[in-house]
Amino acid sequence: MTAIFIQAFIYLCAAVVMVPLAKRLGLGSVLGYLIAGVIIGPLTGLVGQETTTIQHFAEFGVVMMLFLVGLELQPATLWEMRNRLFGLGGLQVLLTALVISAIALALGQQWRTAVAIGLMFSLSSTAIVLQTFNEKGLSKTEGGRSAFSVLLFQDIAVIPMLALLPLLALPALQAGAGDAAHGPDHQQTISLVAGLPNWAAALVVLLSITGLVIAGHFLSRPLFRYVAESGLREAFTAAALMLVIGIAALMSLVGLSPALGTFLAGVVLANSEFRHELEADIEPFKGLLLGLFFITVGAGINFDILSANLTTVVGLAVGLMILKALLLFGLAILFGVHASDRWLFTLSLAQAGEFGFVLLTYAVGQHVLDNALAQLLSMVVALSMFLTPALFILFEKIIQPRYRQQESGPQTSTVDELGPVIIAGIGRFGQVVNRLLIANQIPTVVLDYKASQVDTLRKINIKSYYGDAGRSELLHTAGIDDARLLVIAIDDRTRAVEMVKHVKHAHPHVEVLVRAYDRGHHYELNDAGADYVISEVYNSALQMGGEVLQRLGIHPFQAEQLKQHFTRAEHSFFEELFHSWRNEGENVGFDHQYRQLFIKFQEQLTAMMQQSPDDRHSGAERGWTPPPKDYTKEIG
Amino acid sequence: MPTQQRVLILFAHPSLHRSEVNRQLLEASRHRDNVTLVDLYREYPTYLIDIEREQQRLRDHDVIVFMFPLYWYSTPSILKEWQDLVLEYGFAYGQDGTALHGKAFLCVLSAGGAEKAYHADGYNHFTIRELLQPLEQTASLTGMRYLPPFALFGARTAAEEGRVGDHVARWRRLLDALTEGNLAADLPDDALTINPYVDSLLEKRA
Repeated sequence: MTAIFIQAFIYLCAAVVMVPLAKRLGLGSVLGYLIAGVIIGPLTGLVGQETTTIQHFAEFGVVMMLFLVGLELQPATLWEMRNRLFGLGGLQVLLTALVISAIALALGQQWRTAVAIGLMFSLSSTAIVLQTFNEKGLSKTEGGRSAFSVLLFQDIAVIPMLALLPLLALPALQAGAGDAAHGPDHQQTISLVAGLPNWAAALVVLLSITGLVIAGHFLSRPLFRYVAESGLREAFTAAALMLVIGIAALMSLVGLSPALGTFLAGVVLANSEFRHELEADIEPFKGLLLGLFFITVGAGINFDILSANLTTVVGLAVGLMILKALLLFGLAILFGVHASDRWLFTLSLAQAGEFGFVLLTYAVGQHVLDNALAQLLSMVVALSMFLTPALFILFEKIIQPRYRQQESGPQTSTVDELGPVIIAGIGRFGQVVNRLLIANQIPTVVLDYKASQVDTLRKINIKSYYGDAGRSELLHTAGIDDARLLVIAIDDRTRAVEMVKHVKHAHPHVEVLVRAYDRGHHYELNDAGADYVISEVYNSALQMGGEVLQRLGIHPFQAEQLKQHFTRAEHSFFEELFHSWRNEGENVGFDHQYRQLFIKFQEQLTAMMQQSPDDRHSGAERGWTPPPKDYTKEIG
Repeated sequence: MPTQQRVLILFAHPSLHRSEVNRQLLEASRHRDNVTLVDLYREYPTYLIDIEREQQRLRDHDVIVFMFPLYWYSTPSILKEWQDLVLEYGFAYGQDGTALHGKAFLCVLSAGGAEKAYHADGYNHFTIRELLQPLEQTASLTGMRYLPPFALFGARTAAEEGRVGDHVARWRRLLDALTEGNLAADLPDDALTINPYVDSLLEKRA
């Protein structure tokens, strides 16, 4: 147990020190994790052999990431992608595999080995690329979307590759290994489809996917609603984890890629009201696991092999990246990806990826590669991943600015999603706000922590999501980063104040408009930095007061003016009352001095409203006042 | 000797997003030295005009401009409300009501009818100058120099006929002349509109 604590501490410590540093230097978090890995691994030797085991575990971060990506993709959007997915992605994998195999063959490898190398190097790193896109806000650009299509196709392509590799086994290696040396993966595999005839296996796979889609569509809602009604946040987190892990398990059982399975599940749930809460729950796990994965890549770099074959490894890695980049550039031209997007597409996918590691291990187990070569190649994969953040920096610092000048003005490729208005709390108050906005075609994202409320609203076609809007992760997935405005109309007063503080601190660009419960709450919200505060019943009470005046015989127009003047007078006292309240210290109450002030203002207010309309020096408030009776004499 | 004049533009258009002429005039008047631009409908969406503030604005400027589309031979309603409330007894007229004395007053307006319709023989029967007489008399009673209006006729089709650009350019020149205190004394006070004199105002300056 102690050993585990120490290990965990070392990993966390490296990440905590290096990642913020790398980000501050503009290198991106991925490079930070990689460097952290190098430091605790090959440089200082703090961690050692276990990195490979941890890496397998950390690869689950990729699975979670694809689930999150799926959540962002409506099924319709996925359908629109089909040409790019199979055209661009298919051609990329096929061409890259062919060219690399040919080169490997020319470098003197056997054809079986050459094909295996071609396949594993055709893949790119979903983890690095998507993580970096997210971090730098490139996901919604044309280049980002194209790159994603290719990554998704690669993910699908891994499955037939895994099936193909055993067929490429080298007779010499097989014979040398004897019958005892089965790959570790091979022994551990539990499979539903092993030993079934092909048609039955295909049927099981098909049924699993159909079952996944149908269950995702029909069963997930009652399940999540049941959990949500309990009001326990950790229960919901557990449910979210259960979903992702369960799907990953099912997919592994039928021999499909877990990443692909969770991606599909994500797409199925993309329209669900629980989408944002699911994202918020899975996101931290994904982030940690991916970080851990990058650290293990860095830690896995073997300096002995690297220094012994330095020129070979560096040469192969750079050569590989140039080759992949050339092919990608050509494909980008063919598929009409333009300008800076073409460069993004080219540079982002030029590395070899984490699936390369998986295939390498598997290939060794299946006697397709010998150990020495596999180690050398895994250094090439690692180095190419290591160089990728540098390419992103190249894109960001040199290429993008150049095109931005040419395009002059904001990039059109990123404006397809207008910054929405987020409404937290969709009770009686939030609903009116939302309806007004929706009726005027202003996009809103509505959040409420009552699943039943969200359900009701969804039935009348109000797009709302379940979740606790007080959580910063949920606000994040609801799009606070791109939002213009946040309307807070939640019942929990303390929470509302905390939300204002958090959002004004973390997202100063977002204007925060809040409903206050009463006067004290109003002051607290002002104090917290809210941009606009409205007392929840003030206007309806005022309306009622005006109605009373009218029914007492006061002319409706005059009643209206009295109301307006009353409000203005109130506003004019606000600052002073607010300061008095604030000076009471933090015991947040209305002490004697405040009460005195309030009484004084009430008297002033009465005096102001009572003044004769003829008196033109009646303070700040007045409407139309007639001139004196005899004024015409002066003018004549 | 002309000195810098401070110009206050009171702009009134109730549906700016549909405006084809006045919005351009509004934009052309923004961000200029010695020009204060007040979009009345924006500032007082509930018509609750702050009398004190408006009176102070008047005191702070030398030239008062009403900029508006002509509605039923008069200003849009908020400009009328503004007059009713702001031009108070004791401020703009009557005892001690001398706050506006010596200032200049100008209407910048767009009118739907063609110029020839604003004529005794036209369907509007009166010239634009005659129709604006309530404002002219207001200026007179409050001691302001009334300038002939700066008008664009046939405003509904001005954009299609490509007349807006010229008009806006001319307005810029007139605004220059106003801020520079360059209103020539020989501008005939009874001119129907100020439009034909804008170019000559500028020539004199050059």
